[in-house]
Amino acid sequence: MRIAIVDESPARAAVIQEGLQSSGLTDILVLSERKDLVARIETFGPDVILMDLANPRRDELEELFAVSKALAKPVAMFVDSSDDTAMEAAVEAGVSAYVVDGLKAARIRPILELAIKRFHAFARLRLELDEAKTALAERDVIDRAKRLLMKKRNIDEPAAYTLLRKTAMDNGRKIADVADALLTAEKLMGGL
Amino acid sequence: MTETMRIGFLPLVDAGLPILAREMGFAEDEGLTFDLVRDMSWATVCDRLLYGHSDAAHLVAPLAIATTLGLGRPAVPLSVPFVLGLNGNAITVRPDLAEQLTTTGTPGDIREIGRRLATVVRKAGRKLRFGVVHRYSSHNYMLRYWLRASGIDPNQDVEIVTVAPPFATDALSSGEVDGICVGEPWNSVAVDRGVGVIIVVTSQIWRRGVEKVLAIKSETMTQRPEATARLLRALWRAGQAFADPARLDEVAAILAQPEYLDGSQELIRGAVADQILFARDHERIHVPDFMFQHREAANFPWQSQAAWLYAQMCAAGHVTSDATDYETAQRVFRPDIYRAALAPLGVPLPGASAKLEGGLELPTGVGTTQGRLVLGPDRFFDGRPFDPERLDQYLAELAQI
Repeated sequence: MRIAIVDESPARAAVIQEGLQSSGLTDILVLSERKDLVARIETFGPDVILMDLANPRRDELEELFAVSKALAKPVAMFVDSSDDTAMEAAVEAGVSAYVVDGLKAARIRPILELAIKRFHAFARLRLELDEAKTALAERDVIDRAKRLLMKKRNIDEPAAYTLLRKTAMDNGRKIADVADALLTAEKLMGGL
Repeated sequence: MTETMRIGFLPLVDAGLPILAREMGFAEDEGLTFDLVRDMSWATVCDRLLYGHSDAAHLVAPLAIATTLGLGRPAVPLSVPFVLGLNGNAITVRPDLAEQLTTTGTPGDIREIGRRLATVVRKAGRKLRFGVVHRYSSHNYMLRYWLRASGIDPNQDVEIVTVAPPFATDALSSGEVDGICVGEPWNSVAVDRGVGVIIVVTSQIWRRGVEKVLAIKSETMTQRPEATARLLRALWRAGQAFADPARLDEVAAILAQPEYLDGSQELIRGAVADQILFARDHERIHVPDFMFQHREAANFPWQSQAAWLYAQMCAAGHVTSDATDYETAQRVFRPDIYRAALAPLGVPLPGASAKLEGGLELPTGVGTTQGRLVLGPDRFFDGRPFDPERLDQYLAELAQI
């Protein structure tokens, strides 16, 4: 089974590729560049083409698939009616698939399911990364606010932190928000 | 208790009706909550519709027919109970090419521009390349129609490729294409950047050319008849607002918002008002009926419009003429659903479901089941009418041009 992965995000393509490979599907071509895309797909001759649903070039690629003489009529999102749930899951995950003429639905289904899992995994990874970045940024802001309080009020670190926490609780806000407000005010006041 | 309708759209001015229905409260008045889903390709708008991710979609009309016939996708019956607008597209070319075809900055004689283009095409050392927004789009078929009737074989003499609207301007400026046929605001964006000049607007090709439609899965429409009717009424009222000069600024401001078109309010305003800037550093020119979203029952899905599109699909070689498919294509358009939904509003409802397309030279009264209706001139630029009863004869004529 030959699988082409078309994804403008090389990171996500790698995550999908790795998932497929660990299931023993090793005949894979990853395409992240737009240049000569269809010619490269034609040369590779895949049975299945996986593509990010949000890829803004899908219409362009479908047109090229339609006029390609080398590719045997890839059809978007195989289905028979029994596969509606699988297709819904694919759309939900942001996966689209093109299946080359003649490939049985039973053979594509496991690949699609794998791709869906990997798309979800990638989305989760990115979310975790975003959260980690936010957490780091917040910790930095709180540290700087603490140091400012320690200096201005001549108190120690636990006292500075307690002050921040109490102010946050009293105002129903996050500690990081209070710290950020304090630093902004300090900047506005020019360190007075 | 309101009912939610998820509607897919692409960021284009003619996605205006569902957007305005939501923002101006027409959806709410009908007890509906619109959840609008923006995408970047028609393929994705279509897939969301097919797999239940959206309930309805703003769609290029021929794609609704192609999907029903199973072209490039497994066949899923779609229905078009409402046309979201007529025309609103243009052909924009490289400024140096425009110089050879027309008086830059002004609307010219479309026949003369076609003749000159034919000369350029013959003399060019390579095939000129045009970008259209989708294989199954009215843009593609209108461009082909104009080229063919101008003596240029769209299948042989030029190359026609697909370029998504947001990339059309870049494709033009990089020289990837020599011209684009695209919807607004993308022609205006190319003009604004100075990389393109509008040479023809599609209303010059066909004065009343069918453009975007509201597509729903036939299955969904059967299951949710009442919600469909309410949706149509909300869209009809939005059309009224779209065409109301007093609401122009409000309309442009809403469409320009980041969650919708995320574009220049000024450029969008120009398109809605039919005030077209053909070339940078020129005056805006009023082009009557450039976009046509409301008057003359513009939203009525004439089955003859679907028939015309099918004929163009045959001419382009996208389908082989087939009596059963022809019937299926026409039935995608559902005037019966339109009439039933809009009857309570007391608006004019055409009595016929099909007409001779391009047959009116003067405003003409037509039979209605309700109200008075006068249709304006709807001619094709070459004066060739389309009779849906005579597909074979029409195709034979086209083949002889």
